[in-house]
Formats: sequence, C-alpha cells, structure tokens
Amino acid sequence: MQFTFNEEQDQLRATAQKFLADKSPTVEVRRLMETHQGYDPIVWAQLSSELGFTATHIPETYGGLGLSHAELGILFEEMGRTLLCAPFLATAIAATAIMNVGTESEKSELLPDIATGARIGTLAVFETFGTWDADSIELTAKNDRLNGVKRYVLDGHIADFIIVVARTTTSDGIDSIGFFLVDGDAPGLNRRVLNTIDSTRKLTQLEFVDVAARRLGGNDDQSAKLADTLDLAAIALANEMVGGAQHLVDETIKYAAERIQFGRAIGSFQAIKHKCADMLLDVEMAKSAAYYAATAAASSDPELPVLASLAKAAASEAYMRIAAECIQIHGGVGFTWDNDTHLWFKRAKSSEVFFGDPSYHKEQLVTRWRH
Amino acid sequence: MQSLDAEKLRNELRLWLESNWDPNASLIEWRTKLAESGWGMPTWPSQWFGKDLSLVLNPIVDEEFSRTNAVTVARSGIRLLAAATILEHGDDSQKSRYLRRILTGEDTWCQLFSEPGSGSDLAGAITRADFDGSQWIINGQKVWTTSAHHADYGLLLARTDWEAPKHDGLSYFVIDMHQPGVNVHPLKQMNGHASFNQVFFTDAVVAPENQVDRIGNGWKVAMTTLMHERRSADALRSVQRDRNLEGRIYDEEREETATVMEPYKWYPQRAGRVDLVFERAIETGKIDDPVVRQAVADLMIKAKTAEWTARRARAAQQQGRPQGPEGSLGKLAASHVARQASKVHTMISGSDSMLGDEDGPLAGLIAEILISVPATSIAGGTDEIQRNIIAERVLGMPKEPRMDTGPFRDVMKNPGPGGAP
Repeated sequence: MQFTFNEEQDQLRATAQKFLADKSPTVEVRRLMETHQGYDPIVWAQLSSELGFTATHIPETYGGLGLSHAELGILFEEMGRTLLCAPFLATAIAATAIMNVGTESEKSELLPDIATGARIGTLAVFETFGTWDADSIELTAKNDRLNGVKRYVLDGHIADFIIVVARTTTSDGIDSIGFFLVDGDAPGLNRRVLNTIDSTRKLTQLEFVDVAARRLGGNDDQSAKLADTLDLAAIALANEMVGGAQHLVDETIKYAAERIQFGRAIGSFQAIKHKCADMLLDVEMAKSAAYYAATAAASSDPELPVLASLAKAAASEAYMRIAAECIQIHGGVGFTWDNDTHLWFKRAKSSEVFFGDPSYHKEQLVTRWRH
Repeated sequence: MQSLDAEKLRNELRLWLESNWDPNASLIEWRTKLAESGWGMPTWPSQWFGKDLSLVLNPIVDEEFSRTNAVTVARSGIRLLAAATILEHGDDSQKSRYLRRILTGEDTWCQLFSEPGSGSDLAGAITRADFDGSQWIINGQKVWTTSAHHADYGLLLARTDWEAPKHDGLSYFVIDMHQPGVNVHPLKQMNGHASFNQVFFTDAVVAPENQVDRIGNGWKVAMTTLMHERRSADALRSVQRDRNLEGRIYDEEREETATVMEPYKWYPQRAGRVDLVFERAIETGKIDDPVVRQAVADLMIKAKTAEWTARRARAAQQQGRPQGPEGSLGKLAASHVARQASKVHTMISGSDSMLGDEDGPLAGLIAEILISVPATSIAGGTDEIQRNIIAERVLGMPKEPRMDTGPFRDVMKNPGPGGAP
C-alpha cells in the first residue's frame, strides 16, 4: 500500500488547487448556491473538456484518462475544500455505476460523453426514509417501465441521464435489484429540487410514473454491484469531506491569530490551542482513512467494504466536530450569515448523513470486519 | 547512481559478514568486531566506529543483518540516545571513553532528566551541580528513571546557575552511577509494577571531564537526547530476525533482552490491547450488543487511522519528502486509542471489570489494561503538552505569555531536594 502521493498526483492536486482557487472563491459559491441549476456551465466545461477532471477514473478505451480512485480522491478533496458548486460528485458516481454494471457496448455508448463533460449523469438509489442500501428500494421496474419515487438524488434536475436502481425480477422470476438508464427529460418523470440546508449541493426528488427505462448490464441481480458502487461513492464523499474539514482548520487557525480579546490573540489561550490541536488530529486521522480507502479502491482491495465504511464514518465525525468548533472559536461572528463558516458547516452536516450516517457505517464496519 | 552504491554496499557487507559472522562467538567479542569495523553503526562518522554511510542506504545494512540473522550492536534502552548525544556534543576523550562500550553493550545507561517538581516543565529542574574547585557536587532528586538500578552511567541535567533564566542555567553531565552519593529506589506505580526508579543524589560527584558541552548549554544538549528518542525507537524496530535461533550469541542476547525489556512487560496493556477486542467481544457474546458494536467501531476507526497516519509520516520520511503535520500527532492519537480500548474492554467485560488476577478476565490481563491505560496520556509528554506543541510548532499559533522568564532564582517553583542555595 502506498502511503504518500507521487509526483503526478501532487501535480494534479496543484492544478486542481489553482483552478478552484480561481473559479470557486466563496463569492462564486454564494452566487451559485442561490441559483436553481446550482452550477456554472462555463466552469463545468473548463473542468471537463479543458482539464479532463470528468475523465479521471474512466478507462482510456472509453475516452477517459485511465487514472484511479486515488486521483479522483485528490480532486474530491480539493473540490470539498473550495465547496465547488458543480455536478461532479453526481457525474463521477454515475460513471462508477456504469463501469460496475454496464456491458461493453453500454460503456462505449455512455462513458465518452461523461469523460468530455458533454453529459451530466446521476445515480438515483435512495427513497423516502430509506436506509442506505438495497433493502430500502421500493421503486419498481416492470417490462422496462419505472414506477416510484427517488429522493436525495444529486443534481437530478440538471442530469442529462439518470441511472435508477430499481426492484425488479430476474429472468427466473426472483426478486432482485437492477440498474436502469433513464433520460433526464423522459415523459412521466417529475423532477423537483428539494429544500436543503446545504444549498451549495442540489438534491432532488424524482417521481417516476410509468417512465420508459433501459436495463443496464443484463438481467441478473445487481445488488452486489450496488453495494460496491455505494462503497466507492462513500469513499469519494469521504475525500471531499476531509478537504472541507482542512479548509475549516486553516480558517480557524487564521482567525485565532487575528482575533484579539483581553489584550492578546485568542490563539494564545490554551483553551483555544487545545481545540485547534484536536481539530488537526481529527482532520489528519480522517485524511489517513480517506486516502487509504481511495488507494484501496484503486487496487481493488478485498477489504474495500470495511475501508469505505471506516473512511466515511471517520470523515463524517471529524468534519462535523471541526465545523462545530470552527463556529465556536469564531464566537458570535461565526453564527452570522456573512461569515463563510456556515457554508462549510452545512456541507458537513449534510455530508455527515449522506450515503449513510456514522452509526450506520460503524455498524457496517463491525459486520464487515474479518475477525 | 544510488542503486550502484547500494549494490556495492550490499556486496561489501555480505563478504564481511560471510567471513566474520559467527553465531557461537560471545556477544561482546562479536560486537567489538562490529564497532571496530564500522558495520555496527555505519551511519556514524568513520572516525567514531562508523562508515559515514548516508541514512538512505542504511536499510540495506539492516536487510543484510536480517538475512544472515546476525546480531547487531547493543541498541536497547537509552544507550543509543546517550551515544547520539555524545557524538554531537561530547569531546574526543568522551567519545573514546564511552562510545565503544555503548555499542558492545558492556555499559548500560540511564537518563536523569525528570524531577518530582519538573515533569512537563523539564527545564525547571532544581537538581544542583556546584563546582568545588576540583569537581562537580550533585544534590537533588530525579524520577521516572528506567533501568537506573542496573545503569553504569547516567545522562544528568542539573542546574549550575540560579541567576540565569531557566533554560540558560542548566548543564549536562555524564555521571557514574556506582558511587556512594547516588541512591536508586524503585517507584511503584498504580498498576503495581515498578518499572522506573527514583534517584537521589547526596553530594554525588562528577569529574570536570564528564561535563558535556559547555556549562549553561545543558538544555540544548538535552534536546538532542530527546530528539533521538523517537529515532532510536524506529531503529529498534527495523531489524527483523528469525525466531528461536541457536548459538551462544543468541542465548547471551536473549538474556540481555530479557533484562532490558522487563520494565516494559505491561506496555502492551498500557496501549489498550486493541488486538484482543474482537476475540473478547465474540467469546462474551457482547458482539451482538449494538451499543458495544458502535464502541468497537469507534475504537477500530481510531486505531486504524492512527496506524495509517504513522505510516504516512514514515513514508514521507523514507522518501525524503517534507513531513506534514501527521508526524506530530502519533502520541495524541495513541492516547485516544488507549482510552477508547479501555472503555470497550470495560463494556465487554461488564461487572468482571472489577476483578483482577486469577479472579479477573484473562487471568487479570483485562484488569491490567484498565489500570495501566492512564499512563499513556502522561508518559513521554502529557496530552496537554502535546496539544501545546502541536498548536505552537505545527499550527504556528501564538505563544502563551510566560511567567518564568528572568533569573531562575525568582521563578515560582515546587519545593524539593536540591533547590536554590
């Protein structure tokens, strides 16, 4: 297992940092979060067709760069740091799903347009009050027609296509899980943007009334592939979260050095220092898990399910603790709308429960641990 | 270029080991050869028992020793800290007096830094050294001294100037532990073990030639010693060998190791014994309790992320890359792991957590974990000091205003033996 980044990876990070510092300053984040579509198509075009970010983990055969989840993790970390408003997570997970279930011809058909950024995709799995796995899926697919409701769908309102995970039957008539491809503007599909606390990331509800769909990857049960896709999604999110957490640590340290009370910088008080040291510990530990899991994903490690749950739980708790402490150390100003901390706090809160909250992943971790 | 050097080095060492290594030699005989050939500590200067080898190539040496199952120079205890300190700050006569016998293991050393009145604040030491015209007279008390009861020499930090500011009034000495003015008593801990000692000095003496570096520079020298503490721990781990090897030299080494390691036998329990958690949870059936499962997961997250963070730090170091903040976090992380492990063991053992020895779970092992873990967040620097260090040195946060500047005589301090005249 590799425990440092190599030179190419460092370069990728530097490229991403430079681009995101330029294109996603907080003023842009604040502008885009108030819009309906929630992203800037020009920036999207630059990050995909110019920088090739959307092509990262797609194999070269399908027009991608043939890099791994380790490189993808670096991009997520930097995007999380700057709260980039873009359908990158949605599209990357859709690509992962297609790579996991698609046939050769389906991959050749769908992946090149994702790689170039020409088409935005998303994966629709979760439903009302669901748990974060196959058991909660009620949306049905019968004769390639979908009926039901999906919730918490990333960027569903702008997606050109949606990969829908549905309950169906195999050719032997056994109840099973399948992946289906649906056009974003398919008749019978009603898309609504949900009101979310984190408006930098758009979540949608999709209602399917007799919507035409195409089964991907044959008729066998695909619940194992769903589990694998969700593990990879959790790892992606964990990497995004540690980026955001690191940003908050940096901001906190900066503020503690500037803010004067009782005739001294508040950062000179041990009460503040010790919190900051704990924040650093939190973020570095969570990074170790996120990096390790991303590297494991890159090498198809059999421990991946454990590592995904470990990384997601660690990142969720670290990010949330750090966000809360960041506001605390900012004091009153930290609770104002004008101060930027709440943008990251809200991302931390929604990411904490997205793809499974810490309790869920801890339970998974113990279940999946090889004794 | 480097790979060429590496191959040359490997061949040279192989040849040397082939014609010199003898598992039936005596330990001292073999280690004398190691010291004199420079193969014992090849990264040391060639003038002083080394070969001027770069640190990057050192793993090759370890690999060859490991491959041949050859015994290394004595590395245990604090002897290598003593050696590193003497190499950096000692004069030539000190180097020729001490270094060889450190490597052969003939002399054992101890570190006399901590005092009852100065733990976290090491520079607040009040053990005094007064020059009587011909030698230094030592009075005071040191504490938490590992192996003092069989040490031949001690690395002593003592105050020589009470008018200077705290850090500037300290000097560094090598003290002969076998003399009437030095009294060593075991220090019994809350877990019943006595791994450390208290050392009392009553008009003990140090000859002027055993003063290390100049008077008043003791703090800087002590920092060198402490800096090497972690490195020597790494060095100890690096040479792997087969088990149960036969030969006179292995028997002698095993005997030496047993003596040196005796104080550390409860250390695995101090760290929390994460390795036992799943086994215990399964055998007690507590693995089915959802509350226990959450706590176990918390522990595994802490333990694995701590392990990976340490590996990130080591990987960066090995590749010669600048280490990030991850290198300073291990100690604090270890405290969190140990505490969580203690909590989980308590949840698993339930009311049996109250029982020890033959009445307790695993014949008292669980009890020993529960009553040893509190040491983790104190020994080698408390968590609070670790947080200060992380905040100030890693995060660059502003320093706390100080109350201990000015002449040390006037600084508020704990009462204790030694002390201001």
